[in-house]
Amino acid sequence: MEFAELIKTPRVDGVVLHRPFMPTVEGTLCLTGHHLILSSRQDNTEELWLLHSNIDSIEKRFVGSLGSIIVKCKDLRVIQLDIPGMEECLNIASSIEALSTLDSVSLMYPFFYRPMFEVIEDGWNSFLPEDAFKDLESMTDEWRLSEVNKDFSVCPSYPALVAVPKDVNDDTLRKVATFRHSGRFPILSYYHKKNGMVMMRAGQPLTGTNGRRCKEDEKLINATLRPGKRGYIIDTRTINVAQQAKARGGGFESEANYPQWRRIHKAIERANILQESLIKLVEACNDQSHSMDRWLSKLEASNWQTHVKEILTTACLAAQCIDREGASVLVHGTDGTDSTLQVTSLAQIILDPACRTIRGFQSLVEREWLQAGHPFQQRCAQSAYSNSKPRQEAPVFLLFLDCVWQILRQFPCSFEFSESLLVLLFEHAYASQFGTFLGNSAAERTKLSLPEKTVSLWSWVNRPQELERLTNPLYEANSLVIWPSVAPQSLLLWEGVFLRWNRSSKCLDEAYEEMVHIIEYNKELQNKVNSLRRQLAQLETEDPLLKTS
Amino acid sequence: MEHLRTPKVENVHLLDRSSGQRRASVGTLYLSATHSIFVEDNPETRKETWVLHSMVNSVEMPSNSPAGSQLILRCKDFRVLQILIPQERDCLDIHASLVRLSRPEKYSELYCLSFNPNVNKEEREESWSFIDLMSDYRRMGVPNNLWVMTAANSEYRVCDTYPSELFVPKSAAPTIITGSSRFRSRGRFPVLSYFHQDTLAAVCRCSQPLSGFSGRCQEDEMMLQAVMRSNPGSDFIYVVDTRPKLNAMANRAAGKGYENEDHYTNIKLQFIGIENIHVMRSSQQKIIDVGEMRSPSMTDFLWGLENSGWLKHIKAILDAGVFIARAVADEGISVLVHCSDGWDRTTQACSVASLLLDPYYRTIRGLMVLIEKDWISFGHKFSHRYAHLDGDPKEVSPVMDQFLECVWQLSEQFPCAFEFNERFLLTIHTHVYSCQYGTFLGNSQRERKELRLPERTHSVWSQLWKDRVDFRNPLFKADLSQSQRVLRPNTTPYCFKMWKGLYSHIDKSMPPCQSPADFLSAMREESQQLEEELTNHQEVPPGGAAHHHPGSRQEDSGADRAANRVGED
Repeated sequence: MEFAELIKTPRVDGVVLHRPFMPTVEGTLCLTGHHLILSSRQDNTEELWLLHSNIDSIEKRFVGSLGSIIVKCKDLRVIQLDIPGMEECLNIASSIEALSTLDSVSLMYPFFYRPMFEVIEDGWNSFLPEDAFKDLESMTDEWRLSEVNKDFSVCPSYPALVAVPKDVNDDTLRKVATFRHSGRFPILSYYHKKNGMVMMRAGQPLTGTNGRRCKEDEKLINATLRPGKRGYIIDTRTINVAQQAKARGGGFESEANYPQWRRIHKAIERANILQESLIKLVEACNDQSHSMDRWLSKLEASNWQTHVKEILTTACLAAQCIDREGASVLVHGTDGTDSTLQVTSLAQIILDPACRTIRGFQSLVEREWLQAGHPFQQRCAQSAYSNSKPRQEAPVFLLFLDCVWQILRQFPCSFEFSESLLVLLFEHAYASQFGTFLGNSAAERTKLSLPEKTVSLWSWVNRPQELERLTNPLYEANSLVIWPSVAPQSLLLWEGVFLRWNRSSKCLDEAYEEMVHIIEYNKELQNKVNSLRRQLAQLETEDPLLKTS
Repeated sequence: MEHLRTPKVENVHLLDRSSGQRRASVGTLYLSATHSIFVEDNPETRKETWVLHSMVNSVEMPSNSPAGSQLILRCKDFRVLQILIPQERDCLDIHASLVRLSRPEKYSELYCLSFNPNVNKEEREESWSFIDLMSDYRRMGVPNNLWVMTAANSEYRVCDTYPSELFVPKSAAPTIITGSSRFRSRGRFPVLSYFHQDTLAAVCRCSQPLSGFSGRCQEDEMMLQAVMRSNPGSDFIYVVDTRPKLNAMANRAAGKGYENEDHYTNIKLQFIGIENIHVMRSSQQKIIDVGEMRSPSMTDFLWGLENSGWLKHIKAILDAGVFIARAVADEGISVLVHCSDGWDRTTQACSVASLLLDPYYRTIRGLMVLIEKDWISFGHKFSHRYAHLDGDPKEVSPVMDQFLECVWQLSEQFPCAFEFNERFLLTIHTHVYSCQYGTFLGNSQRERKELRLPERTHSVWSQLWKDRVDFRNPLFKADLSQSQRVLRPNTTPYCFKMWKGLYSHIDKSMPPCQSPADFLSAMREESQQLEEELTNHQEVPPGGAAHHHPGSRQEDSGADRAANRVGED
């Protein structure tokens, strides 16, 4: 298929662009296969380059022969294009609609994008499972890297290499896979160096209504317990939801068959409920005519903050079991690809200072989200403005980022990265020139040959100029476990995402610059003083007389 | 001390959640004439907790537990102390003493009259002249050929709740002033609150007219004409009635009300809708309860926040300030502000508007001046509103709390525009209630004079000024446009947050969270020391360290600005 077929009118002059808190721009609108471009053809005027894949939905309005298209983006921005001429307007609208809803992955922009920057380090090789395992090996010899899934046949959503208890062989793993949802047998998620406790994750056990059991499954997870110790199973669903899952062949670990484990149920909501919550929240944020009462009641009714609180609470619980109780933990929900990953990844942010560095956080996203088989393509196909019936869409990853932001805000000196990295990941998860978030699993990414055909987001991020932009100037490395407050009073609306386009950020940006300035000035002075001290010391050794003066 | 029945009780348990305590500590409770003092038994820490009697809002004695009798102290800064006393008799004694001591009946019982910091007479007198209102009027350019000082209220003849020194339009003759004052509640006639030199427009304040349904007063009409004429080039003024229109209309039945636009030809009337002190009092109680909730769900919390109505009220006050500031700065139109008596909502609206209009009021000293001018001198009834003496509970209302919160909400939107930090606002809040200093005592200038407070008490302002290092906002940057010009805040509901520093002590009970502000303050301080060290090093002649003297940051940026200006020319 040629993109040209979809572009009915490639160019319109005299188009006026309206954006909140920015001056309007008049110029020429061009449609390409992947971009909507508006250029004033004057110097110094910012142009609009919008990826079609970033467009969530459009609306058309007509006043006389002047048409307007309201473009609502997945990054939550809303812009308006005034287009002279009804026919042009209709053509542009239908072209955008077609181009922003392309079904085939291989037509996506990352396959056409050629980097305009020098790739210093190929991001596709930056965070390989075998490298992560080398770190683990340096701490413990109780785990091995299994190749049982090397052709993705045992578990289609797992990577080719997974870490499992040393004493459990591949045959056992294959059997366990048949007992767990989507073949997601328990694997290592995190090793807590401080006390040797571990966090594992899996899909729900397929016990069904008649209480099916699997000895190999019991053996596998018991292999992670120290003699005489008990572990915790954190089921991210309420007991009711877990009970109901039995009727569909799922279920949970019974006390009788898993006597060494204590099961705790939490209440993280399922994907479709989260999507509804996002839509309501964004709608509330975008209506500036609300009274205070209405705003607060809509914020409450969206339930978004409730989800944030619930996810963080569960992550804290997992971290507490490991760090405070000295117990190992197994986390699962239903599929093990959504709420499970929110919990395991946030628990690591709390426990492991390495995850709070820029590189460590990328590695966490790679391990606990991309390799772990979070179905990004399905979940991020549409965002808050979508009119079409939701299928698999859900802001699972966005909620994770929101929770990280909450912790970052409470511990502003403990993270090497700033809020910008979180916003950047949100944007790229939904629309990107990079291939990183394409596909739903390692298997799909391999099949699409993404590493060969597209550029990795990490290649872009890990360049000095970009790293500088993403660095938190307040960062001071510490090796602490950080316990966030999950009290509602402590959790705020993530303004950087949800109010980003609804208010001017000028004053806050100025404050940020001032903060950077204070810190850099201090560094500069320290360098000067140190160099003077050195010179003085040198002079003193050269000229003993100075010592006495 | 007559009210002290039991000066000392041992084996007392104290739980102070607001200071981050999770488990009660054991110690001895002492009662002095001015404080409750708890000293921990732990020989290593011997931590002391002091609570000023005048900071105690209520003392409750819930039912006994097997371990002893309980006391719950609720303080005016929203701290809550739980005390467990082994013997019921002791508890009853302490309770009775505290109830009496926390409700002084006479000014002479107040702490500020016995509080004796280590300063001599001269220093005390100086402390009272630290803030000079006349110099602030001079700073804003009055008196001038538009606004003059009037002697009409010397000896408080015309209005006993106004200060003796007032500025009025030059064309307002004494007969107009007295005539107008007779037509206004409590004689509070229109006077100048703030003069905006850039546009020559002014913010004026008064109380409601005694118009009833049809009353009118020629002098009052002339007074408003005079206000308009003091703004050359304008052909009307805004009259901002900060009350909800319905309340204003209801007042007409009592012979009060608002200006009839048919009688005053040169005015545009604007209602803002700030609720009265009774609504505010109950609203604040609700938000205090929200802050004290123990592990609420997100729904409980947000519903409680909405149900309290608190942020709605804060928004209304800020909206009033924004309306006035816009009229004055953008339209160049003078504004006359009133509510009923003109000492609560009017004070809030005028002071918020001044803060938006004039960067001076966003400095540490400037905020003191603003409070001294719009609040203290214009007869905001501090002793009634903040229950300094045992009195009518219906007079109590968190009017000042709301103003301080407006300032805090603004500082969240404009992080570089304020020289002071949150701690400064919280400290002022404490002293409005504490009665440790004479600054906020009494209900009017006249009362303060009669009480001879400057001779008998100390002023809080010079003390705060001495401690100003603690109150500095590290991000304050005087040369940014947000710091120099009129502030134009966004008052969309989502821009308002619950003021956790005042209402929620949750975070304080968590392991130490990190404060970027403290971090940056420490860094600035260190930079200053480094600068000094650099200067010292460079005074050593050998070594040839030809480093450029860094100077202070303000100087640097000032030089840059000057250079830019030359470039532009």
